[in-house]
Amino acid sequence: MSLDVEKIRKDFPILHRPVRNKELVYLDNAATTLKPNIVGQIVSDHYLLGASNIHRGVHYYSEKATDEYEGVRDQIKVFIGAKKRNEIIFTTGTTHSVNLLAHILENTKICKGDEILISEMEHHSNIIPWQMLCQRNGAVLKVIPINDDGEIEIEQYKKLLSNKTKLVSVVHVSNSLGSINPIKQMCSLAHEAGALMMVDAAQAVAHIEIDVQNLDVDFLAFSGHKIYGPTGIGVLYGKEALLEELPPFFGGGDMIEKVTFEGSTYAGLPHKFEAGTPPIASVLGLGGALSYVGDLGLKAIEGHEHEVLAYGTQKLLEIEGLRIIGTSKNKTSIISFVLGDVHPHDIGTLVDQDGVAIRVGHHCTQPVMNRFKVPATARASVSIYNRKQDFDVLANSLRKTLEFFR
Amino acid sequence: MTTNENMKELYQSVILDHNKNPKNFKKIEGHTHKQEGFNPVCGDHLHIYIKLSDDKATVEDVGFIGEGCAISKASASMMTQAIKGRPVQEVKDLYKDFHKLLTGKLDPENDENSLGKLQIFSGIWKYPARVKCATLSWHTMAAALDGEAGIIKTE
Ligand SMILES: Cc1ncc(COP(=O)(O)O)c(C=O)c1O
Repeated sequence: MSLDVEKIRKDFPILHRPVRNKELVYLDNAATTLKPNIVGQIVSDHYLLGASNIHRGVHYYSEKATDEYEGVRDQIKVFIGAKKRNEIIFTTGTTHSVNLLAHILENTKICKGDEILISEMEHHSNIIPWQMLCQRNGAVLKVIPINDDGEIEIEQYKKLLSNKTKLVSVVHVSNSLGSINPIKQMCSLAHEAGALMMVDAAQAVAHIEIDVQNLDVDFLAFSGHKIYGPTGIGVLYGKEALLEELPPFFGGGDMIEKVTFEGSTYAGLPHKFEAGTPPIASVLGLGGALSYVGDLGLKAIEGHEHEVLAYGTQKLLEIEGLRIIGTSKNKTSIISFVLGDVHPHDIGTLVDQDGVAIRVGHHCTQPVMNRFKVPATARASVSIYNRKQDFDVLANSLRKTLEFFR
Repeated sequence: MTTNENMKELYQSVILDHNKNPKNFKKIEGHTHKQEGFNPVCGDHLHIYIKLSDDKATVEDVGFIGEGCAISKASASMMTQAIKGRPVQEVKDLYKDFHKLLTGKLDPENDENSLGKLQIFSGIWKYPARVKCATLSWHTMAAALDGEAGIIKTE
């Protein structure tokens, strides 16, 4: 089954608004995706027609909000193939999820002298929380190198693993290279060494099928806004037995059972990790986004995006002096590139004049920029509403850019 | 305005020239002041070297090295030209005027100012994401003169 892209485009109102008097060519999906009507509708309906708090009222609207909110948890469980709904913790996004995890693993699973492995292609949000943990408790952060194509060096990874390794935390799809990492293989190697496996799926979840049970990962994080949902909502998945065992981090309402000044007991999963009033409308909006994606089907999405990516890669490579950074055999949705000696920022400003939105900079992956010895790259990232012709527009605009700076 | 006119307003030919052939693109031997500047958002990165006269009243020589976009490079290059040989007090006034120009608070056609050639950066305030590209070298230079410690960041 293939995607009906023209039909999809009708669901995204922003695509039909001229920008700088041009048709918008949105190729910045890795930063955040556009939102379909249904997501806007659900969020607005909650605020205008439903705005009640969850888990707290016995009245009609509070019960309705609670049902809908918990319904999204069920939806996510199915979407990522989790075994139980209790394994889905709502957070404000991937960054929050990783930080939360770092805090609950601190001195429970990761102690002084223990080692944490991350890869050289991590987003800063999967580097800094671990660095901070190491600073707090004396654990040691080690880095799995990547090769010139932007692929994990598996042999090096095997060498780094030891009985000191307590956690491997790796990105599923790199946001600056597009590489899809062999998570299943890496996870089984981590488990053999006795380590836990965490996956940053921020850039994967909208583009490839994820099945946490099949991958057997212990933790996984993603953000709603990169899969057509609202900002401010994300997920931390964790295996039930682990989450049961780990302590809460944020304290407050909703995460407790019995409270006295002498001591309190905590609620069971998943509420133990969800203190305070959550972004209810955003959770509901994410539910709408996941239904939308589910109706299209990730297999069809993968097929479509792969085709557009292949075409885009070929079109861009026809441009003199253009070099693609990130040439893994297994790639999705992202083309990072540099263009002669034109700085990516100047590229970004020039193509914007033609209505083309791309990201330029280090993409929150400074170690990747250092690895490939570039100060920054330009990045085009595709999604369900992109068409091959979007890359014709980008390629033309890049040729004009070259001409301009000649 | 057409796209090209817009872009020619932002990237004046002088800017393109300085980008291609930056002036004073070197480390100054015997510098008395130096500073590193970094824009964490985009990775623009430069070092500025200043040599003041013995009485510390005049910028005798100035140079920069580093990498960045056309606007940041041209801005650094033109800044070195603008301040070389100038009294430190004038340089500080110039810094203030340039900052006002880039934040849209100074209209070069009507407000009295000391900017001279630097007026060509007036189009940039319409591109907020690019203003920092043009100001990085100036902030770094001012910090060098003030002898500030650490790296100067635009954020
Ligand atoms: C691979 C990857 N990890 C983590 C993040 C952080 O996501 P968020 O900013 O939504 O927390 C991003 C988004 O920029 C990403 O691309």
